[in-house]
Amino acid sequence: MKVMIGAFVAALVIASLAPVVLSQFGWSSAEQAISESVRLD
Amino acid sequence: MNFKLLGAAVVALTVLAFSPAWAEEAPAVDRTATGGAQTLEDILRRQEQLKVDESFRSENLGDPARAAPMTDQLGTRGGVSDAEVWRSIRYNKIDPTVQSPGPANGVMIQDEGIAWYKLREGPVITYGGLALLGIVVLLVVFYFVRGKIMIDGGPAGTTIERFKAIERFGHWLLAGSFIALGLTGLITLMGRSFLIPVIGADAFAPLAAGSKWLHNNIAWAFMLGLVMTFVMWVTHNIPSKLDWQWIKAGGGIFTKSHPPAKKFNAGQKIIFWTVMLLGVSVSLSGLSLLFPFQMPMFADTFGLINSILGTSLPTDLAPHQEMQYANIWHSIVAFVMMVAIIAHIYIGTVGMEGAFDAMGNGQVDIEWARQHHDLWVAEVEARQGKGGSS
Ligand code: HEM
Repeated sequence: MKVMIGAFVAALVIASLAPVVLSQFGWSSAEQAISESVRLD
Repeated sequence: MNFKLLGAAVVALTVLAFSPAWAEEAPAVDRTATGGAQTLEDILRRQEQLKVDESFRSENLGDPARAAPMTDQLGTRGGVSDAEVWRSIRYNKIDPTVQSPGPANGVMIQDEGIAWYKLREGPVITYGGLALLGIVVLLVVFYFVRGKIMIDGGPAGTTIERFKAIERFGHWLLAGSFIALGLTGLITLMGRSFLIPVIGADAFAPLAAGSKWLHNNIAWAFMLGLVMTFVMWVTHNIPSKLDWQWIKAGGGIFTKSHPPAKKFNAGQKIIFWTVMLLGVSVSLSGLSLLFPFQMPMFADTFGLINSILGTSLPTDLAPHQEMQYANIWHSIVAFVMMVAIIAHIYIGTVGMEGAFDAMGNGQVDIEWARQHHDLWVAEVEARQGKGGSS
């Protein structure tokens, strides 16, 4: 049972880290359809 | 350049591309009266939502070589008329210059979205939902007909190790993330139809956003769990002659017998391979959806299927169409997996006495093991020299 709970927690940890790691690789969903020239910020 | 050869190739390709079964539904229309352009019959068929062979428009995009000379009335744009330009836009056959370049930004008209939307809101929800309800009903009926599968003569009290901690960790990483993916996926697919009418759009909005976040991100845990369980268990899941015997005996489920089995019986191997093959497919289509337009897969897949089966699935797909196919395929595969997994969860919990322990603490009752996996117990005991428990 301990292993089961541990794996569930690990799944959540992986989920929280995923967006951080992806943006480290330079990927963000907001950048997909917008290029520098037309972004308004 | 050899224009004759090129022309012949174009004609051959055109004939191939427009001679599949579905084209037969659209009858050949005589368009001589309009000089090859749209006829009243085309318009009426379209109004009645009948199939119209669009190739007379979608392929008639202007060939300067065949066009009227510039000095002619119809040749004012150097051979390509306005109508031809608009048709190219309509069928996504031009490569326009756009201000914000991106894989999909040059597509101006893409009407397959309607078909995708109807398929997703209609048959996918209906049949997918019915499949889930169906397997639940079937399992309830099975429970009342067959009852819980008990250990004959009761548990022995001594145990044997069935799965190591790392194996259980891999299983629960896979299972925990799969259940989260299944629930959040269903919320995303069916929320508009079933949740908004009940809880309202305001309450649904954060639920939908949260579901999307979890679904997109916990997918990585699923993929890791998939790889872990594959590596750890694949050698035990190679099909063998024994499986055939097990299947012929129906697993002994109704005869209340126990056909011989090693570590995994044929039923479990079916679950294993279903999870692995469909798991890879659902992961690939999911990645394609997660990185929009960056990993198109269907044009290549359809091309491969065409070359093997001689079918004529479309291989010239707009970026959006790639996403639409990925989305529908992702849902279908997910439903098949959910149906298989609901049955798996049943047999691992309420369906069979002593089964959950295998994934709970890793220790199963020796009597359970002898009845369901006699050859595996013999192997383990032989390896350990003697002694039942580990
Ligand atoms: C509450 C949910 C679940 C429970 C209680 C459960 C229970 C179990 C148990 C007890 C076993 C070991 C059977 C044995 O000792 O022979 C097992 C094996 C396995 N589980 Fe699960 N499981 C669950 C969810 C899942 C999910 C969601 C997946 C995959 C997406 C999965 C994939 C597998 C596979 C591939 C095996 C090995 C083959 C087999 O025994 O059928 N399980 N599970």
